[in-house]
Amino acid sequence: MSGFSDNIMRLSGRMLSQYPAQRDWDGKLTRAPHPGIIPTCSIVTLSDNLPKQEIMKWNGWGYSDSKFLYNKKGQAEFTGKRYRLSGMIIPGLREWMESTFGANLQHKTPAAPILNSSAVQPPTLNEAFLKELKSTGIPFSHDAEDRVFRSHGHCLHEIFALREGKIGRVPDLVVWPNCHNDVVKIVELACKHNVCLMPYGGGTSVSSALECPPEETRSIVSLDTSQMNRILWIDEKNLTAHVEAGIVGQDLERLLNESGYCTGHEPDSMEFSSLGGWVATRASGMKKNIYGNIEDLVVHIKMVTPQGVIEKSCQGPRMSTGPDVHHFIMGSEGTLGVVTEVTMKIRPMPEYQKYGSVVFPNFEMGVACLREVARQRCAPASIRLMDNEQFKFGHALKPQVSSIFTSFLDGLKKFYITKFKGFDPNRLCVATLLFEGDREKVLQHEKQVYDIAAKFGGLAAGEDNGQRGYMLTFVIAYLRDLGMDYYVIGESFETSVPWDRVLDICRNVKARIVRECKDKGVQFPPLSTCRVTQTYDAGACVYFYFAFNYRGLSDPVHVYEQVEHAAREEILANGGSLSHHHGVGKLRKEWMRETISSVGMGMLKSVKDYVDPNNIFGNRNLL
Amino acid sequence: MLKKRDDFEDILEERRNSSDLRYALKCYTPVLYKGLTPCKVSELKQMVLQSDQLGYVITQVSKEKGMTTDEVTGEAAAILEEMAQRLQLSTVRFFAFTLSKVFKTLFRSICVNEEGLQRLQQAIHNHPVVLLPSHRSYMDFLLMSYILYTYDLALPVIAAGMDFMGMKVVGEMLRMSGAFFIRRSFGGDKLYWAVFSEYVKIMLKNGYAPVEFFLEGTRSRTAKSLTPKLGLLNIVMDPFLKGEVFDISLVPVSISYERTLEEALYARELLGVPKPKESTSGLFKARKILSEDYGSIHVYFGQPVSVRSLAESRVNRSQFNLIPRHIPTRPSEEILSFVNDSAYRLVRAQEENMVLKPWVLLAFVLLQKQAAEDKQGTALDELTEQAVWLRDLSRHYGAFLHWPDHIPPSEVVSSSLSLHRGLVRISEGRVQLALEQVGGQQVPGETRSAITPEEELLNQAVVILSCVSYRNQALNIFIRPALLASAIHTAASNRKQEIYNGFSFLRNMFSNEFILCPGATVQDFEEACYLLVKTGALQINQQEVLITERGHRTLAFLTSVLDPFLQGYQVVCRFLCEEDCLTEKQFIPAVRKFIIKHLLTGRLRYIEVLSSDLQKNALAALIRLGAVQKIKGGEEQGTLKLNKVMLNSLEDTLGKK
Repeated sequence: MSGFSDNIMRLSGRMLSQYPAQRDWDGKLTRAPHPGIIPTCSIVTLSDNLPKQEIMKWNGWGYSDSKFLYNKKGQAEFTGKRYRLSGMIIPGLREWMESTFGANLQHKTPAAPILNSSAVQPPTLNEAFLKELKSTGIPFSHDAEDRVFRSHGHCLHEIFALREGKIGRVPDLVVWPNCHNDVVKIVELACKHNVCLMPYGGGTSVSSALECPPEETRSIVSLDTSQMNRILWIDEKNLTAHVEAGIVGQDLERLLNESGYCTGHEPDSMEFSSLGGWVATRASGMKKNIYGNIEDLVVHIKMVTPQGVIEKSCQGPRMSTGPDVHHFIMGSEGTLGVVTEVTMKIRPMPEYQKYGSVVFPNFEMGVACLREVARQRCAPASIRLMDNEQFKFGHALKPQVSSIFTSFLDGLKKFYITKFKGFDPNRLCVATLLFEGDREKVLQHEKQVYDIAAKFGGLAAGEDNGQRGYMLTFVIAYLRDLGMDYYVIGESFETSVPWDRVLDICRNVKARIVRECKDKGVQFPPLSTCRVTQTYDAGACVYFYFAFNYRGLSDPVHVYEQVEHAAREEILANGGSLSHHHGVGKLRKEWMRETISSVGMGMLKSVKDYVDPNNIFGNRNLL
Repeated sequence: MLKKRDDFEDILEERRNSSDLRYALKCYTPVLYKGLTPCKVSELKQMVLQSDQLGYVITQVSKEKGMTTDEVTGEAAAILEEMAQRLQLSTVRFFAFTLSKVFKTLFRSICVNEEGLQRLQQAIHNHPVVLLPSHRSYMDFLLMSYILYTYDLALPVIAAGMDFMGMKVVGEMLRMSGAFFIRRSFGGDKLYWAVFSEYVKIMLKNGYAPVEFFLEGTRSRTAKSLTPKLGLLNIVMDPFLKGEVFDISLVPVSISYERTLEEALYARELLGVPKPKESTSGLFKARKILSEDYGSIHVYFGQPVSVRSLAESRVNRSQFNLIPRHIPTRPSEEILSFVNDSAYRLVRAQEENMVLKPWVLLAFVLLQKQAAEDKQGTALDELTEQAVWLRDLSRHYGAFLHWPDHIPPSEVVSSSLSLHRGLVRISEGRVQLALEQVGGQQVPGETRSAITPEEELLNQAVVILSCVSYRNQALNIFIRPALLASAIHTAASNRKQEIYNGFSFLRNMFSNEFILCPGATVQDFEEACYLLVKTGALQINQQEVLITERGHRTLAFLTSVLDPFLQGYQVVCRFLCEEDCLTEKQFIPAVRKFIIKHLLTGRLRYIEVLSSDLQKNALAALIRLGAVQKIKGGEEQGTLKLNKVMLNSLEDTLGKK
């Protein structure tokens, strides 16, 4: 630990410095945190291994202090101070929930308030391993709460079980390595004593990747990378930063911002997900059009495996040295080792940022516009197209307007679009945009995009709508918890698909969800909606949201899983991929062979067999 | 086996009681497909011409033929012009008026199941719909549109054969009532195929209108369902398989005529009198038809079949992921077999809901008597007894029999006979087929030499084949049990395995003759066993099949059902064994001559074997089995190469008694 140079920036625990100012009125950005997240002074100082469950929910999404609830007047409200929406009343939400799901405030399904430690199985400890681990001085714990917290991601079935107080197989021990060398020691000990290691980063998995395999008889050790959260150096000549893999997205961005840089990698989970997790799952960020996805951002990776450390000998920007070994690591989902350090590209912070939105008369026109934008390769930092249901949903989440004037303006806008322009409110859809860069270029770029949109019947619909669209990304995960309080369960899932199939896949998957719900006895029509969230040269990423009211069902989670399974079958039958960025985990393993062919499976298996013959990294994801 | 079926409603009743004109001018506002973007006929053509699919083929063809793409596009536009429908409500209203008049003269009633129409309306709202009526008469598609108009349902566009186009005015009228015209054969013509398939798909996908076509490809002259044609079915399933629509509903429709307008026409055609070319004047000559009573028509709209459910766990749709969907590709084996199985399923669904009239059962009895050379005819009470016995049997086998149970059977029989008085002769309480009368103007004084024995035979055959076309309506009910009965009859032992082998042989032999889905031998055997055991005719244990005391009558009847076909195929084999060199063209006339000789010398009992349909089916079966080989290409194009050893052995096996 002593050999680091001066420009190590140590993030001491979770003490977050005050975020600097936000965007001023005309969009000029001084420091660019994410639109939804209001940077706050963190309450907690994380000492050596204070578990982060102190500030996070143990059975739901995100921070304990932030959640949706219905106040005494029966109005929806978002609590806390962390987000733009925090502390606000959302007048339309209740009606939307009632009309969309047939949910009712009278019918509550509250979660178990606290974790009942006695429901947690006592740990299976490997004494020899434990003894040697103690001698290294690396912190560890077998406290029930610590173990349960690291036993799951955020799949619906995982959270549903927690809310009901049902705890399955959980890790037997949690260790908190502080640096690369600590990880080397832990992996050596694990190999020596044959214990199962499961790397844990931000815990935001939605692929059952963190679920302990029930058939695992060895002691399972959760390797929590959260303490490896430093930027080790920044190289301004090459515009790279060398970072420990446990750092969480928002901290990485903030620390780089302090030096005037950013990575620009902003997955929707960036508040909580870690760099190591991004690498292990092939993550994708909202602004990939400018900065690239994780595979474009990574220059160098260090990973500790049972066979030793794998890394490249130089940081050349591209190499022709056989298949890129980074591509064995990226997407390996913790089956081969632990990513400890990553060198990433960084960029100077953008001078200017501007949101925008466009309303289209229907989804077909919207998709045609996105396709044209991609064809001309002029996609803004982010461009997303929501379907009509999602547009309505976004509308329902509008906070209470502060003045009569605003509401008057809103009314006027609505009148203009639906009456004057003749858009059908049940068909129109909206694209949200985010531009970034030099002020002049942004404005130029903006004009180019709006001109294209106009050709497809698109009408500019203002910055506010755009910004609210992106804000929703961060609060939507909280909304699921509210739904679950009132018999509504749901989830999102994603795929990538060639352009010519985008409309077909959206239509068919949504229809399949509706039909499967009906067939499986769901009593209320489900919410089945989608959006196109990324554009590529040859296709797009599509996100589906699906939720339903489960009153009257005896095993709602099973029904949910059957429907999701059918939806995935439908995606594959329509030429969509198994996953764009969520990964495979254990949830989508069954489709791997047909996805990459038997030979492909054999290739991956042989790598696994060589790197980890004793299956020390035994989370059983992927293969 | 007994299925709950919907009730019928007579739509002519209202027509007899209210103004046809008002009906023709009524407000027509059908429920449309929920995903429909309304478009005009001309826009539809533009969509076809601008589609990626057609664009690809146009480029391909222009390269191959060294033409400019504009020239090829011009050709495509011309093809489309020749093909396209121009559905107009005014023409439909004209037909609604005229057909009301015609139908009321010709038919006693036109009965439809209203529940089926409600299901259809729902289906049209939810998904693109394909209507698949059975095809027994020219009347079929006018009748379909008439019914849909009556019930305020979306009018279909109908795939029709080009031969209608010959009828100048009528052709255009049909076009304006929704027909689009396809050439009968366009084998290698890529461009034609591309225009045609894209035209159909675009109308279907966009929910422009329900697409209607005949699975059987042409009118069945024998009233047996024809082996389904797969081309169009393949086309309409494609948008689902390639993910362009969520689902497609296929609606089988069973149209049963108590008396077919084309009755004698078909018989003549099967006997080799060439069919008159469809011409407008020819149609008007048919006016004498108008003076006759054709009984009632039953139209049953079956349960919509979802292509999605048909394909579930059958077709791996991701096979289309790797080639752009607008590039035409030959369907894989998997898809072909899927389409084929679906087609059989749909034809069986049509058969299942065909309404059978008592006359159909009488035709069985009368034909069997005739073949037994019973010159006396059948006593009316015996005929009634047999008919009642058959009524019960066919009901057990699931037939959709319209036998008025509130009327004494003898009256049912006599009223059936009176409707078909052209085919039967009743004298002194005895009934037989009207074989002698058909020669017509036989004045006793005139010398019989004016008419050759051959001509007399052909005249008789017209009556026989007309009658056969009624009997055939119920063949699908009896075919599986009949195959089993014949297998039992020929088997040397009671062993189940041996009987199964015999069944399998016969089923294979006759799979061009009857609707027997390829690969379903075991299911068919089980179905036959189930029916015969259920009705107490057989007892079956692990090893053996035993005929019960009361089963003999059933088995004798069932064996006799298949007998004409057995003998027919046998005689075709015999004929081929005696031939040396034969082309496909020569086959029908030559085999007909051979059969006439055998009939006249009394070596063959069944006059119905003269049907060219049976002869063609037999040849197709023999080609399929490899006993005959058709030489393709070269100088010997169309020559039949005969495997005498195999033909001999097939003849023996068929003749084993």
